[in-house]
Amino acid sequence: MSIWRAIAAATLFAAAPALLAGEIPPDARRSGYSFMGPETRAMQDNDTSNPGMLFVLDGEALWGKKGGSADKSCADCHGDARSSMKGVAARYPAFDKALGRPVTLDQRINLCRANHQQAAALPYESRDLLALSAFVAHQSRGLPITAGSDPQAKPFVEQGRGLFMQREGQLNLACTNCHDDNFDKRLAGAPITQAQPTGYPLYRLEWQTLGSLERRLRSCMSGVRAQAYEYGSPELVALELYLMSRAHGLPMETPAVRP
Amino acid sequence: MAALINVPAKARRGDVIEIRALTSHIMETGFRHTADGKLVPRDIITSFACRYNGAEIFRADLFPAIAANPYLSFFTVAKESGKFEFEWTGDNGYSSTASASITVE
Repeated sequence: MSIWRAIAAATLFAAAPALLAGEIPPDARRSGYSFMGPETRAMQDNDTSNPGMLFVLDGEALWGKKGGSADKSCADCHGDARSSMKGVAARYPAFDKALGRPVTLDQRINLCRANHQQAAALPYESRDLLALSAFVAHQSRGLPITAGSDPQAKPFVEQGRGLFMQREGQLNLACTNCHDDNFDKRLAGAPITQAQPTGYPLYRLEWQTLGSLERRLRSCMSGVRAQAYEYGSPELVALELYLMSRAHGLPMETPAVRP
Repeated sequence: MAALINVPAKARRGDVIEIRALTSHIMETGFRHTADGKLVPRDIITSFACRYNGAEIFRADLFPAIAANPYLSFFTVAKESGKFEFEWTGDNGYSSTASASITVE
């Protein structure tokens, strides 16, 4: 009896640090939207004042445009994006069997271009790639995030979690130090959010343009004076996957507006 | 370039209506430099105009301090059914148009 109690106590102690490492319980997860002021919320809420919608419109035009040496458009294979792309972005980054690793939505678009359109890859953060991924992700607006539930993606979610918890840079800060332990406080004038990637690619007023989650991650890394990972690097994809799995169940907002 | 226009589809005669116009533009100020020190040339929208059945009802001059993808909102009185035409002009011969119609009862 006392042995069992000791074991139970030891198990509790062993489990406690993992639970108490500042991770946010599922029902306390909040989109960055809830940290914004009323003006920025109003800007996002109305599709005629949300500048991200300009990119969605551009993406819609690109969706139907033939390209590459195969002279095919996205629509030639996928048809109407309103039905075929519904919920797709909510499960990205997704595990790709052929590559044996997860790929982001941007990478999937470029894989499609290479394999099916025989077209050149669109550079990261280029207007066309952002427009296409905004248009695709917009079809999932309001749907819950499900990325990371694939068992094959588990090791990569764990890798991303490790990176999220790892201190880095001259300021020696991990993502978790701000976004798990100190959200709702302020960093200079700006609110610290929970880092839930619900609305990417999103329109950041500071950027004056649409940007990807990778761009956001890279700017946080230079903020802590760390060497940022390259666009499309396995580390950034793993972090993106972990963040999406961490936001499990939150509704997609693409294109979100953030200050 | 893509533009998002918000004009009420229907209005009663004499109603004050809000019109909103958002367009894509980088609004490069002309004050920034590249990493190797070259000046990035100015590329902005300099003028916006709105016509209601051919008559100009609103005009604005835009300057380098205005944000990318400029958003303008203004009011007018709904007088008759017809068409609103929007025109943005700017540096390097930039010109873009959009339109929206309204039914006035």
